[in-house]
Amino acid sequence: MERAKIDIWVGILVALGIAAFFALATKVGNLTSNDIRETYTVLAHFENIGGLKPRAPIKGAGVVVGRVKSIVFNTEAYHAIVELDIDKRYVFPKDTFANIYTSGLLGEQYIGLEAGGDENNLVEGDLITYTQDAVVLEKLISQFLYSKASEED
Amino acid sequence: MNKLINFFGNIGFAVRSRLYRLGAGTRLFFLTLIYSADSFKRIHLTIREVYFTGVLSLVIIVVSAFFVGMVLGLQGYYTLEKYGSSEAIGVLVALALVRELGPVVTALLFAGRAGTAITAEIGLMKATEQLSAMEMMAVSPVARIIAPRFWAGMISMPILATIFSMVGILGGYFIAVLVIGVDEGAFWSQMQANVDFSNDIVDGAIKSVVFGFACTIIALFEGFDAPPTAEGVSRATTRTVVISSLAVLGLDFILTSFMFV
Amino acid sequence: MTDNLISIENVSFAYGKTLLHKDINMQFSRGKVSAIMGGSGCGKTTILRLIGGQLQPNSGKVVVDGDVVHEQDRNGLYHLRRKMGMLFQHGALFTDLSVYENVAFPMREHTDLPENIIRDLVLLKLNAVGLRGAQDKMPAELSGGMARRVALARAVALDPDIIMYDEPFAGLDPISMAVICDLIRSLNDALGATSIIVTHDVAETFSFADYIYFLADGTIAAEGSPKQLMASKLPFVKQFIHSEKDGPVPFHADAPNYRTDLRL
Repeated sequence: MERAKIDIWVGILVALGIAAFFALATKVGNLTSNDIRETYTVLAHFENIGGLKPRAPIKGAGVVVGRVKSIVFNTEAYHAIVELDIDKRYVFPKDTFANIYTSGLLGEQYIGLEAGGDENNLVEGDLITYTQDAVVLEKLISQFLYSKASEED
Repeated sequence: MNKLINFFGNIGFAVRSRLYRLGAGTRLFFLTLIYSADSFKRIHLTIREVYFTGVLSLVIIVVSAFFVGMVLGLQGYYTLEKYGSSEAIGVLVALALVRELGPVVTALLFAGRAGTAITAEIGLMKATEQLSAMEMMAVSPVARIIAPRFWAGMISMPILATIFSMVGILGGYFIAVLVIGVDEGAFWSQMQANVDFSNDIVDGAIKSVVFGFACTIIALFEGFDAPPTAEGVSRATTRTVVISSLAVLGLDFILTSFMFV
Repeated sequence: MTDNLISIENVSFAYGKTLLHKDINMQFSRGKVSAIMGGSGCGKTTILRLIGGQLQPNSGKVVVDGDVVHEQDRNGLYHLRRKMGMLFQHGALFTDLSVYENVAFPMREHTDLPENIIRDLVLLKLNAVGLRGAQDKMPAELSGGMARRVALARAVALDPDIIMYDEPFAGLDPISMAVICDLIRSLNDALGATSIIVTHDVAETFSFADYIYFLADGTIAAEGSPKQLMASKLPFVKQFIHSEKDGPVPFHADAPNYRTDLRL
């Protein structure tokens, strides 16, 4: 076979490969959706993070505004310290609420931010003081049973 | 007693011959690296082999990928529907393809289509003294024959695996969205939310590079090592498929346990 | 004493445990056509491979143009091989290249000649073997004799000092044989080369070779010019030249007594 013909076919193959990779990266993967380039990091303490994982989304009113950077356990206070990377475009007041929610019944967990009324905004390194833990199913059930029992008294 | 001695003798012989092959294969690999510079001076040789290993495997890859994607779409839908989460089908299809089936099935098809062709070609070249003739012309068969095929395999395999994953996802899209009627927006957005570029797509690509290496070097070695007879070549071709398949599945387990745990 | 281009000195060679050659001495003079003859499997081809450095002797040495072959490193060996051309038993043409590209192959690998000069040289070589008209064919489309001639053109592509022929007549019809005979002689004389032929075809070899070695049982059974050998009284040589079925080389393989084997 002619060398030129072979070159064309190989060129087509490589082009297809690049196109497929590009499609995988942008259409299938999250390469475009996580292009939160500049972020500021704030901290939040939780008594229980449930199934929260690093890179889990942070949402404000359902819009992704950042991602969980890291989760560590503090051995002095026995709680979890979560680092939140938030897009610089979005500012939140100092008294913002950070809640751990579950998307759907079986879905992944994420952090929902609910803005407070403070005039000052969160900046790099701040601590979110108002947090709500993940809902643990066992606790929920025992609470429910307890309240039922106390009603009957 | 004699039987026992024979038994252990056979085991010893089998182990020894396998170790020999492993060593000889490694030797061939390093020789290939050493001679690669020589072969890159004639880059059209490598491009020609990319044509034979890559372009000629394209049809079987695309067709298989589309069917695999459609099957994943169907099976996934039946199962997910029971839990009322049929929108997650995009995630299921994409993760299964990008992480596992893309690289693994491509490697198995690659071993069957391109690997056997390489082994048979080199084995026949050896049987008809073409490799000897080349040596007598002071041209290294490793530089002229082995190295271009090695690099062609290393280039083709990741490209084919990427195309496989993408076409497979399109197959899943075809079944889930166009045939069954899952919401298109949910299909793609759930996929995007759950398929991570660096953890899933890049790891899948790394797998395909490793499999490409394994399949190509096995095919080359079997051809180079084949006894120069018709029977020897046909046996070597069979061995290429068997050993490549086992190597791919074994390596897949090892890589998966490193990557996704 | 004529100038010896290749000399084989006290060479012994064994495949695994079977000793193939015992202490062999051979001299190949410059500009002559020498033949190595002997029965099948007596290690004739092995001698060519020893000269080409594809095999190494267990003891003794092969000297080509003043260099000991098995002491060369890879570069030295490749340098030495550029002086050699070899015609393999079935031609060993590269099946994925056309006739033209096959002949051009050594030139492309070892020279930086521009394409138009390569083209002229290839056509020259193909013309010498009478196959200029077949330049665009693939090896699979050639007959055995034509493939052999193309391989010969490829072997002499770089005008080697030494041309080695491994069974050049095997499986050819009488016309092709005569053509090859003629080519071997004329190429040898035209290039001023030294030719070594490994064969068992008596009539052809005796018609044009200058010197002949007979190999048997790992040693040289006889040597000399065709005339001397024709007159030889050695029983092995007589058996071989006149193709008698029984003689020093027995018809029967070693076996126990026929009667006891049949349990009579």
